[in-house]
Amino acid sequence: MNVYAREPFDTLDTELTAKDPWRSFLPGSWTREIDVRSFIVANVTPYEGDSRFLAGITPRTADLWEKLKVQLKAERDKGGVLDVDVSTPSSITSHKAGYIAEDLEQIVGLQTDAPLKRAIMPFGGYRMVKNGLEAFGFKPDTSLDKVFPKLRKTHNDAVFDVYTPEALACRKSGIITGLPDAYGRGRIIGDYRRVALYGVNRLIEDKQTQLKSFELATIDEEVLRSREETAEQIKALKELVKLGEIYGFDLTRPAANGREAVQWTYLAYLAAVKEANGAAMSLGRVSSFLDIFIQRDIAEGELNEAEAQELFDHFVMKLRIVRFLRTPEYDQLFSGDPTWVTESIGGMAIDGRPLVTKSSFRMLNTLNTLGPAPEPNLTVLWSEHLPKGFRDFCAETSIKTSSIQYENDDLMRPYWGDDYGIACCVSAMRIGKQMQFFGARANLAKTLLYAINGGRDEKSGAQVGPALAPVVGDTLDYEDVKTRFLPMMEWLARVYVNALNSIHYMHDKYMYERIEMALHDRDILRTMACGIAGLSVAADSLSAIKYAKVKIIRDERGLATDFEIEGDYPAFGNNDDRVDDIAVWLTETFMSCIRKHKTYRNAMPTQSILTITSNVVYGKKTGNTPDGRKAGQPFAPGANPMHGRDKNGAVASMASVAKLPYAHAQDGISYTFSIVPSALGSTDEDRVNNLDNLLGGYFQQGGHHINVNVFDRETLIDAMEHPELYPQLTIRVSGYAVNFIKLTREQQLDVISRTFHGASN
Amino acid sequence: MAHQTNILDLRDAHGAPGVHADRGQAQPARRPVAHGFVHSKEAGGAVDGPGIRYVLFVSGCPLRCQYCHNPDTWHMRKGKETSVREVVAEIASYSNFLKRAKGGITISGGEPLTQVEFVSEVFHAAKAMGLHTALDTSGFLGKRVSDEMLEDIDLVLLDIKAFTEETYREVTGAELQPTLDFARRLSAKGKKIWLRYVLVPGLTDKLDEIEGLAAFAAELGVVERVDVLPFHKLGEFKWEECGREYKLANTEPPSRDLIEEVRAIFRGHGLKAG
Repeated sequence: MNVYAREPFDTLDTELTAKDPWRSFLPGSWTREIDVRSFIVANVTPYEGDSRFLAGITPRTADLWEKLKVQLKAERDKGGVLDVDVSTPSSITSHKAGYIAEDLEQIVGLQTDAPLKRAIMPFGGYRMVKNGLEAFGFKPDTSLDKVFPKLRKTHNDAVFDVYTPEALACRKSGIITGLPDAYGRGRIIGDYRRVALYGVNRLIEDKQTQLKSFELATIDEEVLRSREETAEQIKALKELVKLGEIYGFDLTRPAANGREAVQWTYLAYLAAVKEANGAAMSLGRVSSFLDIFIQRDIAEGELNEAEAQELFDHFVMKLRIVRFLRTPEYDQLFSGDPTWVTESIGGMAIDGRPLVTKSSFRMLNTLNTLGPAPEPNLTVLWSEHLPKGFRDFCAETSIKTSSIQYENDDLMRPYWGDDYGIACCVSAMRIGKQMQFFGARANLAKTLLYAINGGRDEKSGAQVGPALAPVVGDTLDYEDVKTRFLPMMEWLARVYVNALNSIHYMHDKYMYERIEMALHDRDILRTMACGIAGLSVAADSLSAIKYAKVKIIRDERGLATDFEIEGDYPAFGNNDDRVDDIAVWLTETFMSCIRKHKTYRNAMPTQSILTITSNVVYGKKTGNTPDGRKAGQPFAPGANPMHGRDKNGAVASMASVAKLPYAHAQDGISYTFSIVPSALGSTDEDRVNNLDNLLGGYFQQGGHHINVNVFDRETLIDAMEHPELYPQLTIRVSGYAVNFIKLTREQQLDVISRTFHGASN
Repeated sequence: MAHQTNILDLRDAHGAPGVHADRGQAQPARRPVAHGFVHSKEAGGAVDGPGIRYVLFVSGCPLRCQYCHNPDTWHMRKGKETSVREVVAEIASYSNFLKRAKGGITISGGEPLTQVEFVSEVFHAAKAMGLHTALDTSGFLGKRVSDEMLEDIDLVLLDIKAFTEETYREVTGAELQPTLDFARRLSAKGKKIWLRYVLVPGLTDKLDEIEGLAAFAAELGVVERVDVLPFHKLGEFKWEECGREYKLANTEPPSRDLIEEVRAIFRGHGLKAG
C-alpha cells in the first residue's frame, strides 16, 4: 500500500511555505510512498567528528528552563502531582492551548492547558483514575460516575469480564504481575516523523486507500475490525490537524524547515500522549531524521548552531514534562513517575554508514544544557563502527550524567533493520511497521517454589498452580526438581499467554491507540511480549541444588518455606558456565513453553528479561528461595546477577549476562551496571576510553543492553539524606532512568545495595 | 642483600627459592610449574595498565610497606593454590573481550616475582593468546626475571616507593638498589614502564627526593607515564584483621595541592604524569 506519486506543493500560499517543503531533498521511494527510512537513507549527513561544534545553552533557553524548574519543584513539594483537570477526559483535542512561557518557547504544546497539569484518561479503567485522584488529594468529578462504567465500559471492566479463575489467582499471588489490565499497555511507537515529512493530508489519503483495500468479497470479523480500525485512524488524523490549529499550525502540509519539523513531530507525539496513557510512550528514532531539516536550514543560512541546539532543548523540555495520573500502587511497581519517552540515537545504516548526525550529539547534549534527567530515555544504539568522536561523547556524557542506556545495534540490526527504535527499555521494533502487545512478566523464582510445593503458594498456602506431586524428602535433588519445574513452567506459560490474549483483545476493543496506529503501515508485525523476572534467583537456586546441598525446612502446613544450604555453589555473574548454562537453559525453556500457545492476532511470541524497578515488588511477593535469598528480599533487576554475588569483577558479570541468548529473548535483556569513577581510570581521558572499551567488549560478546551508572555509593547515600541538594540526580535502573530522589526509600536502599564495580585491590 | 628480617614470612613457602634480591641471575630455562598461590582476581580492572584488564593478584611479598593496602597478600601460602591450567583457561574465556577492550592481563600482588615461575607460565600462555601483558612489581626481585620471561611482558608497572636508600628502607624495610637495577635493565631492553609513586605525607613527600626520582625516570627513556597515587587508608581495616599495627593511622591523605606539585615535578622532566 502507501502508493502515491509525489504531488507538487504549489497550492500552498503562505510566505514560508511558498518554498517547496521538499526542496533540495534527494528523491527515493519515499517520494512515491510513505517510507521515512528511504528518506533518511537518501538524505542523511553522517557526522564523523567530535563534540566541539556543539553550542551551549542560550539565554532564552536558560530563562525558560528556570521557569519550568520552579514548576517541577512545586510538583515535588506537592507530593508528586501538581494539578489535575478532574473533569475533562483527555483526547487529542480536549484542551485549549497551554504554555510554559509562550514568548520564550520555540516548540509548543502541552497535554492540558497548563504545564504539569495532568489529564484523566478513564478508558483504561475508571477506578484507577478515581484512586489516583484521591491518593493525591483531588476530588473526582461525580458526573463521570454516571458515565463509567454504566454508559461506557472500560478496558479494565472488560478484561475482568473474561479473565479465567486461574488467571485471577496468578495475578493475586504475584506469580504474574504488572499486567496492563487497568492502564494503557503502551510500547507502541507511532512514526511521528511521518507528520513532519508528509503532512497529515497525505497520510489521510493513504489511509483512505487502505480502507478501500478492505472492501472485500467476504466481510468477516477480521475485515470488519480492520475497516473499523482504519476508520478510527483517519478520525484521529483529522483530530491531529485540529490540535495543530489549536497551536496555530497547519499540519496538513509537510514541515518546511527545521523548527517546523521538530514542532510537527512533537505535536504528533503529543496527540499520542493526550490519547493514550501507555506505560511506555516512546518517541522512536527522530534525531537524525530531524537533522536533515536542520542541516538544510543551516545550509540555507537560516539557522545557526545555537538555534539548532535550542530547538532540541525546547523539544526535550516538553518531553521531560509528559505526565500521566497514576496510583501510588502503580508507582510502587514502576517508580519515579516514568513515561519512557525513549529516543533511540545512532546505530548504523545497512549500507554501512553511521546514522550518527550532528543532531545525535545535540539530543545527547541536552543532558549538558539542561542537566541530567530521566526523560526522555536516551538510548544509544551501539555499534563497533560508530565514529570514535560520537562514542567518546557518549562515554563522557554517561560518566557525567549516568543518564544514557546502550543497546547493541550490531546484534539487533540483522533482526530489525536500520530504522527500528526502542520502546520502553529494551524492546526493539521497526518504526511504523511493528508493535507489541506488552505483557509485563512472570516470576520464575516463584514458579520454582511452586514446583517444589506442588503448585501451592509458599506465602498464602493456596493451591494456585496445578496440584502436581510436591517434593518429598528433606533434601532437594537437581534432576528431581527440574522434572517438576518443567510442567510448572508449561502451566504458567499457558495461563500467562491466555491472560495476555484477554488483555490485548479488550485493549484493542475499548482503548485502541488510534493516532499511534494511524502512524503505522496497514500490515504490521505484532509481537506478544512476555517477560520473566527472577532469572538470577532461579538460576542460583538450581545451582545451589546441584552443586551444594539444599535442605528443606517445612512449616506446619507442610510447605517448603525455608532452605538451608551446606557448601558453596557457583552463582550467576561470575562467568562460570556451570550456572550460566542453567540461566541459558531457563531462558530457552520458558520461551519454548510460551511458543506453544496461540496468541491473539497471531502475534509473534517473544520475551524480555527485564524487571524495571518491579524487582523490589517481585521480591516482596516471593518467599525464601533455595539460593539463600530471604523472603521479601528484592530480586536483582532484569538479567542482573544477584547483588553482591558477582565477585569476579565487571567483565565476569558482563560475560555471564552476555551469554543469555537474544534469539530466545527478542524483547530484550536488561543489564544494569554501576561503577565508581575511580575504577574507570585516573584521568578523564582514561575514563572515557575505558568506558568505551568496556562497552565494546560487552557488546562484542553479544550483550544486548546495558545501563551505565558512574558514581560513588556515598553520593547516593548523601542524596537519600539530603534530597533537596540532588533535584536532578539521575540513575539508570533496569532499562530506564529515574530521579533518585523520587524513588521510595525501599527502592533507594535496593539501588544502594547493588554491586558497584570498584577498584577492589 | 635483602634485609633478612623482612623475609621471614616467605619461609613457609615450600620449594620457594631464596628471596635474596641478588640471587636468581642464572635462571634455568623455563620449567613448567603446575600451581601458584592466588590471592584474588578481577576481570575488568581499568587502572592497572591500558584498556580493560584481567588482573591476577598473587600472594606473597618480601616488602613490608607501611602503607600497604593489601597486607593480606603478604603470605604466599595464604593464597588459594591454583593450577596454571585453571588460570589460563579463565583468561582464555575473556580473551576476546580483553582484546576488543584494548586491554590484556596484569599480574599484581603481593609481589608477583615471589612466584616467578608461575607468573612466567601465565604470561607465556597469555602472550600465546595474543594478549597484552603487564607486570605490576616493586622491582625488588627484578633479578629473578629472565630475559626469556621479559619477552612475554609488554609493560612493567614499576612501583618505586622512594628514591633514597634511607627512605626506601623506612617505607618498605628493604633496599632500593635492586629496583633501580631492574629499571635500568628494562630501559636497556627498551621495555615500557609505567612508573608508580605512592605519595604519603610525612613519609614520601620529600620534594628533592622526588626530583631525583623524576630525573632518573626521565633518563630511562622508556617511562610512558607516571601515576602519582595519593595515599589512602582504605586498607586500614585489613591491618586490624591481620592483627598488625598500622603506623599510618594518624596520617591523612595528601592535599590536592601537594599531589599537583608532585605531578608537576615529573612533568617538569618531560614525563606524562597523572
